[in-house]
Amino acid sequence: MDKDRIDGNIELNTDQVIDGNIELNTDQVIDRVIDRNIDQDIDQDIDQLIDRIIDNYHGQASALLQILLDIQSVNNWLPGKALARISEKLEVPLSRIQHIVTFYKAFSLVPKGRHKLHICVGTACHVRGATRILDTVEQATGIKSGETDLDLKFSLETVNCLGCCALGPVMEVDGKVHAKMSPIKTSKVLKTYG
Amino acid sequence: MSEIQFEIDGRQVKAVKGMTILGAARNEDIFIPTLCHHEELEPFGGCRLCIVELEVKGWTKLVVSCVYPVEKNIIVRTRSKKIDRIRKTIIELLMAHAPFAPDLMVLAKEYGADGDRYEKDPSFCIHCGLCVRYCDEVTGKNAVGFVDRGINKEISFIPEIAQKECDDCKKCFPLCPTSYLQAAFVLTKALAFAPSQPVLSEPESFKKKVTGE
Amino acid sequence: MPRLNTPEELECFRQKILSGRDPDKPCISICAGAGCIACGANEVIEAFALAIKDQGLSAKIDTRGTGCPGFCEQGPVVVIYPEKICYLGVTARDVPEIVSQTILKKKIIERLVFKDPATGAVAVHEPDISFYKAQERTLLCNNIKIDSRSIDDYLAVGGYMALAKALGSMTDVQVLEEVKKSNLRGRGGAGFPAGRKWEGSRNAKEAIKYVIVNADEGDPGAFMDRALLEGNPHSILEGLILGGYAIASHEGYFYVRQEYPLAVENIKLAIEQARDYGLLGKNILGSGFDFEVIVHKGAGAFVCGESTALMTSLEGRAGEPRPKYIRSNLRGLWNRPSVLNNVETWANVPHIINRGAEWFNGVGTDSSKGTKIFSLVGKIRNTGLVEVPMGMSLRDIIYEIGGGIPQGKKFKAVQTGGPSGGCIPEELLDLQVGFDELTKAGSMMGSGGMIVLDEDTCMVDVARYFINFLTDESCGKCVPCREGLRQMDKILTNIVEGRGKDGDLELLEELSETAVEASLCALGKSAPNPFLSTLRYFRDEYEAHIRDKRCPALSCKELIAFYIDPGKCRACGICLKKCPVTAIDGDKEKIHIIDQEKCTNCGTCFEVCPAKFTAVIKTSGAPVPAPIAQEKRMIIKKAPKKAQKKADQNE
Ligand SMILES: Cc1cc2nc3c(=O)[nH]c(=O)nc-3n(C[C@H](O)[C@H](O)[C@H](O)COP(=O)(O)O)c2cc1C
Ligand code: SF4
Ligand code: SF4
Ligand code: FES
Ligand code: FES
Repeated sequence: MDKDRIDGNIELNTDQVIDGNIELNTDQVIDRVIDRNIDQDIDQDIDQLIDRIIDNYHGQASALLQILLDIQSVNNWLPGKALARISEKLEVPLSRIQHIVTFYKAFSLVPKGRHKLHICVGTACHVRGATRILDTVEQATGIKSGETDLDLKFSLETVNCLGCCALGPVMEVDGKVHAKMSPIKTSKVLKTYG
Repeated sequence: MSEIQFEIDGRQVKAVKGMTILGAARNEDIFIPTLCHHEELEPFGGCRLCIVELEVKGWTKLVVSCVYPVEKNIIVRTRSKKIDRIRKTIIELLMAHAPFAPDLMVLAKEYGADGDRYEKDPSFCIHCGLCVRYCDEVTGKNAVGFVDRGINKEISFIPEIAQKECDDCKKCFPLCPTSYLQAAFVLTKALAFAPSQPVLSEPESFKKKVTGE
Repeated sequence: MPRLNTPEELECFRQKILSGRDPDKPCISICAGAGCIACGANEVIEAFALAIKDQGLSAKIDTRGTGCPGFCEQGPVVVIYPEKICYLGVTARDVPEIVSQTILKKKIIERLVFKDPATGAVAVHEPDISFYKAQERTLLCNNIKIDSRSIDDYLAVGGYMALAKALGSMTDVQVLEEVKKSNLRGRGGAGFPAGRKWEGSRNAKEAIKYVIVNADEGDPGAFMDRALLEGNPHSILEGLILGGYAIASHEGYFYVRQEYPLAVENIKLAIEQARDYGLLGKNILGSGFDFEVIVHKGAGAFVCGESTALMTSLEGRAGEPRPKYIRSNLRGLWNRPSVLNNVETWANVPHIINRGAEWFNGVGTDSSKGTKIFSLVGKIRNTGLVEVPMGMSLRDIIYEIGGGIPQGKKFKAVQTGGPSGGCIPEELLDLQVGFDELTKAGSMMGSGGMIVLDEDTCMVDVARYFINFLTDESCGKCVPCREGLRQMDKILTNIVEGRGKDGDLELLEELSETAVEASLCALGKSAPNPFLSTLRYFRDEYEAHIRDKRCPALSCKELIAFYIDPGKCRACGICLKKCPVTAIDGDKEKIHIIDQEKCTNCGTCFEVCPAKFTAVIKTSGAPVPAPIAQEKRMIIKKAPKKAQKKADQNE
């Protein structure tokens, strides 16, 4: 078996898989590959942006997270090509950068919608009915948490505590906090974002 | 190098400073099961299977032997009811992912683990990190890495690097206790090594990703 | 900008600031904390500026946007000095009236003052408000007095006095000893004695050491660190510099979560100001002590609050905890001695140096000294931040300060300690808050989250909520946590969705043991707490879910149903209009009926049905009564006799 392994001859025993009534879950691999094939038609600008931000941190690899956060906040998302450039400039392996940008919630590898909806599902908001707010938003926008709609209008995300627990449940749209939400109020707020 | 004396399973053993309990035990042919340990790699402490009971000055605690450094006069027990129970649960949890991994099947027998106890989620990888760490620490190529976190954590080849490096290396393949590494490699190769054209036509793949469907 | 070169120069400068300020000059403090901004504080601030300018009062009145005083529920909060008149829920429309009536004519505007929700008593002045009365606000008291963006304001309330004292008249060892004697315990989680942690680092041989502020505040439902970071950043910075001095470190870090942009901004500003004044940098106050501070933003990972994960993250990597069995005060950031403390821990240090360890030891219980800030939220009347001396009973916090449970509901439990904490039931309400007391009750102090739960809260769902949170936030490095939580989450979800089975509880207990005993870091080790503590005190709720498929709190969506009581429905039509999925059938004078097939259990009808009817009924564990027969659905109006007769005839 070891020889097969070394040759990369895949030897998943399909009988066992079928007998065991289980399926190989390969979505992840496919997802990653698709990421790379998205037409990443980025402005030339982003290269300059990256260089400038890296210079701000004197090119220190330990500032990698801060550099990625800064790029994310200016550009809204992190295109694969940007990651490659950062990897090259900071001499940090791409695999490590990929781990970081998928490990932390703040980063996005796909473009974000024009309006960012953050629904707080922190404890205080949860016990005051945050789930119902989330349900309402999901129904109204047709997207689930973590997704962006096709017109790039809304990106929906759940967050853990916006620090306004006294006013829960709380929804944040583009940085503005809407307090003491109810399903009805939520629909109203959403309508104001055209 | 100062020599350190201590006890494992009632036996007096010697070790040198800086060694781990696991290292000392292996030197003495005392078996402690492991899944994420590898001699050439930094201790990882991920599988927690090598957990042992440690008694220091009358205090007992559980520690993982692949990380814990030897100390003078400690008393180590490699099996106990509690340790066996914990190991059994760990094996059962991993078998929900990789029910037919040979190493796990052997361990399951030893600890009476039932691979069907927990709901299955057949992703095969047990996240021992051997491939990732070997490719980083030993070969220095970093062609495979971890992505995401928690229950979504997976390994992933970086096509740009893998395409250049892996076919001539494949050193990590025999390390993998399951079949996932090869599967992931073959899949990455099929999907992403093709030089020019993208695998899926762009609009669909783009939409798919954006909506997360 | 004056650069202050000695402690004396600092004192002189402080006097100069104070002499330029008239304590009797009216000053309007408007809370500009995150909570109040969400309620429109910015508009209020603008309105004040405008009104004051319009009435030509600019020279006579000061205004100030301040940090959060903690009473967010009733925001925006406005306090008028020197009288300390406190107005709550102020809107921009109230502003001209406040200026013309209260400021100029000293008249109180009744509708804006605090009314005790329990007794109806009115309190005009801040110290009289029941929410504040029983508190002891050592750390929070300055929040409403200072503009958090002004170092001069901080100096005016005695800021950097402790630093001047330490650098001017104490050796580094004396500072360390004072903190040790104070018995200050960490406010961020485990309650480890700060002095002992510092001493370990101090005695380590390495030349380079670090001090770090843990401002990651990951507990979902707690915001005291945020209030301090945004409202009084200099107090934390001063504590950090003192810590650096005590352990001979010259480099400090703030690790602030990026979800708090205002906190990041204010801290950065505070550092700049302190540097300009010579309170940071080389040769601070002429003492020869150098100290620099760097701000690092977190990128959204709860586990990065854990000390070794935080340090890994500071080094620019994915925040996975380290498996080492050596404390980070000996080997932490870049493998060097590193003292990591919570925001609130650091903020206590200047007070200890100023007033001495004796004073600090005079507050609190035997094993827990000083005050602690709790974030009192959930099903409670007065929500917000409360700072109380350690040892106050939970009952006093919840009923005296918090004003009890709203809407006449019954108290069920209070959840403390964040995701790794536990739930404390009613019978333990007289428990004194303190590190060891809470741990003994199966919960913990944690960072000070205090979430009050009433009879409508399902305890199984609370456990599921926290386990689910931790499943999302586990770093995934070790098996007992990653895989154990994955399975626990699945089982608990099954239970709340009505698919619980015999044996589930045993399986959960087994997974808990493995996670507690074998996980790599404290996240996994404490993750089962929410389950274990709810099982300990509320086993019957688990059993009802599993055996009877019933949620006693009528909260689990999959286990409840709504129907309309035909005897109570007056066909007002409100529910019909509001139901988002048109599951309700009805008409004028016609008793409404919910189509169980269509109903999504959103509960809107239950909420909108007028209180005088309360015709919508929520049930669990019992079948919904069959809908009333079609022919009986017309409502027969009793009032005019004639109409009644007519109806009778029609029938
Ligand atoms: C999963 C996890 C998350 C934590 N999050 C925080 C946090 O957000 N803020 C904090 O101050 N401490 C947090 N802690 C506690 C820290 O690890 C550490 O004990 C603390 O910052 C030390 O400071 P203290 O002694 O002043 O409390 C967390 C611990 C764990 C295990
Ligand atoms: S692919 Fe194999 S070697 Fe790599 S982490 Fe997974 S189980 Fe371990
Ligand atoms: S206990 Fe959880 S968070 Fe901690 S190392 Fe293990 S997987 Fe990561
Ligand atoms: S829990 Fe929602 S703001 Fe804190
Ligand atoms: S071998 Fe020790 S934790 Fe895996």
